[in-house]
Amino acid sequence: MEKVEQAKRKKRVKKRNRFIFRSAILVVLFGALVFAIVSNLTAEEETAVDKNEQAPDFQLDRVANNGDAVESSLQLSDLEGKGVMLNFWATYCEPCEREMPYMEELYPKYKEQGVEIVAVSVDATELVIDKFVDHYNLSFPILHDKDSQVLDAYGIVPLPTTYFIDENGVVVDRVLGELSLERLESYLQEIVPKGT
Amino acid sequence: MNIMKCSTCGHQNKEGTTICEKCGKPLDNDQQGTLLNMRYDGSAIRSKTKNRSIVDKIWNFFSSVKIGVTLITIALVASALGTIYPQEMYIPQNVDPALHYRDQYGILGQIYYQLGFHNLYNSWWYMVLIALIGISIFIVSIDRGVPLYKALKNQAIKRHPNFLKRQKLFGEYTDYNTDDKTQFINNLKKHRYKISEEDGHILAEKGRFSRWGPYVNHLGLIIFLVGTLFRFIPFMYVDDFVWVREGETAVIPSTNQQYYIKNEEFIFETYGNDDEDAIFEEALQNTSGPVPKHFETNAVIYEDVSRDVIGSDPELKEVKSGEIIVNEPLKINGLALYQDSYQLNEFQTMSFKLHEVDDEEEEAIVEFTVDLTDPESEYVFDNGYRIELNRYYPEYELNNGEPRSVSNYPRNPGFVFFVYGPDIEEREASFLAIGQNIPSGDNQYKLSLTDFGVRDVSGLKIRKDLTLPIIGLGAFIFMVGVIQGMYWQHRRIWIHQAADSMYIACHTNKNWYGLTREFEKMIDGTSFTMVRDQEKKNDS
Repeated sequence: MEKVEQAKRKKRVKKRNRFIFRSAILVVLFGALVFAIVSNLTAEEETAVDKNEQAPDFQLDRVANNGDAVESSLQLSDLEGKGVMLNFWATYCEPCEREMPYMEELYPKYKEQGVEIVAVSVDATELVIDKFVDHYNLSFPILHDKDSQVLDAYGIVPLPTTYFIDENGVVVDRVLGELSLERLESYLQEIVPKGT
Repeated sequence: MNIMKCSTCGHQNKEGTTICEKCGKPLDNDQQGTLLNMRYDGSAIRSKTKNRSIVDKIWNFFSSVKIGVTLITIALVASALGTIYPQEMYIPQNVDPALHYRDQYGILGQIYYQLGFHNLYNSWWYMVLIALIGISIFIVSIDRGVPLYKALKNQAIKRHPNFLKRQKLFGEYTDYNTDDKTQFINNLKKHRYKISEEDGHILAEKGRFSRWGPYVNHLGLIIFLVGTLFRFIPFMYVDDFVWVREGETAVIPSTNQQYYIKNEEFIFETYGNDDEDAIFEEALQNTSGPVPKHFETNAVIYEDVSRDVIGSDPELKEVKSGEIIVNEPLKINGLALYQDSYQLNEFQTMSFKLHEVDDEEEEAIVEFTVDLTDPESEYVFDNGYRIELNRYYPEYELNNGEPRSVSNYPRNPGFVFFVYGPDIEEREASFLAIGQNIPSGDNQYKLSLTDFGVRDVSGLKIRKDLTLPIIGLGAFIFMVGVIQGMYWQHRRIWIHQAADSMYIACHTNKNWYGLTREFEKMIDGTSFTMVRDQEKKNDS
């Protein structure tokens, strides 16, 4: 009887080992599969900075004739404690142009609630930005990334790309492409600093 | 699990075993006359035995050779489909793929596009297919390779007579003497068979390692696939691109703004400009437009040594300079910069003069030059005239009657100028572009283009590929496996010593003809006759 018991136990151990072995191999193989597919899908809309990551700090010159441009440059880390909407745009980009008036419309309301709107232009020349800002009478800070350094650091592919950054500098949302007024407002509400 | 007890030796074999592991007796209870299935040497294929938990079910699914072959067939068909029309990356950049496929290839092209075949090799389902093949290869290898290895490692020397009788090549001998047997064994040794003996029974074996060929081959494939997987890791693989204009310094992508490149000069040569090209004269006459002969970028690479916040002016230190020619990249920090493409003669400056509309001599009142890379908004002159650049469109296009720029680059510049002067009441506006000069109304003055400056733009590819050694290794191991399995065969000859007779049976995993020829040589000088091929029914 004892022998039978022993044999049974041995069989059970063997069965369990095989189960562990097969499960482990399947997990590794399917893990590789998922890795490949996720990497491939994200590669297409690749931006270096993604949701829930710390937004890299940068400093850029403000466009001279814009709003109350007291300081000539703006550093992102100076805005800590405020929610920041960071918009990458260019004058030749039509969807960017369409959403600019929405941003101007909502800016005063959300500035009061502690949200700053910062628009980084990737245009080659300052002249075209100046004319554009004049035309739309934009009052929020417009920065000029003339050497595309910030564009490169954020890995921006499509224009416009918009980051919504909370008061701690963490990216809450990243929007590729155009925003409607309603969507813009709902994203802005998310980054209103708590306690204000 | 059922245990199959061998009726002869009592050994307990696993369910699914077809030949007793210990004595080699066929366990299939089949009648004499049919040949034994020698695949995996009669050992139980593991997946065939257990099928209980979900893990086992998935495992068994992938361990099926039929499934593997089906997956490979689907992948082959899909890969072939992807070559019917060009993939999306090879069609012109500036066209809408949806329209391009329809316009170029008609209704079939449209279907091709709508099914997503225009981007087939990067599609998720294609990747899943390849990954499933990889999984299948992996599991099949473990599932079959391990039992086969064990079976061959522990194979019995003495086999049951029925085992020998049911081999394809079999002979029974009664009329022989010991000299014949010794001679035969010597011949086996001469043919590099490894001889093992047990109670007068003999196993002669050679080329066992060729059985591992398919598994080595699979290992190579898996390494290859892992190598391609590593391409998703930025540290291992970079494939980027940058346009640099002459005289301009640009940040090199994928370096975290650490390196910058300056395009000192772009050199472009065509055929037909020097004496050596005289032999091509006839060929050149048959082509329209110049034929590029050589192009290169004289570049300087800088490192940003200030590690200031991004966007602040970099402090550049020269680290390298040289020519970038096709196939002769400039390398920096593991990255190679290759000459890839170019745009010739992009506008850099444009010069204008102001003159009276009805002056036939077009005598210049003022002259000025607009730097298209950094235009000023106003040009003021001592003689009281002032010209305002009110709008600048680097690449101008008409959009619903409104001019607008479609890019950053001065490929087709358009301008709106306001002219102010002592004898102009308010201002005079005019729109200028290449081949266009539109006054806003009844203008007194006119602006004319007098001159322009151009520069070339160099397109550089930025590459880094640390996965190539892995992929190369995988391909090499794959080939080793193919050779191992193709050029050698696993041959075995059993001699069973019965009381009054001797049985000889032969087995090979391929090339039976070669084995027969070899056997003929080995019975040379003995009284043994040729073994019978039991597969040929009407032999004799």
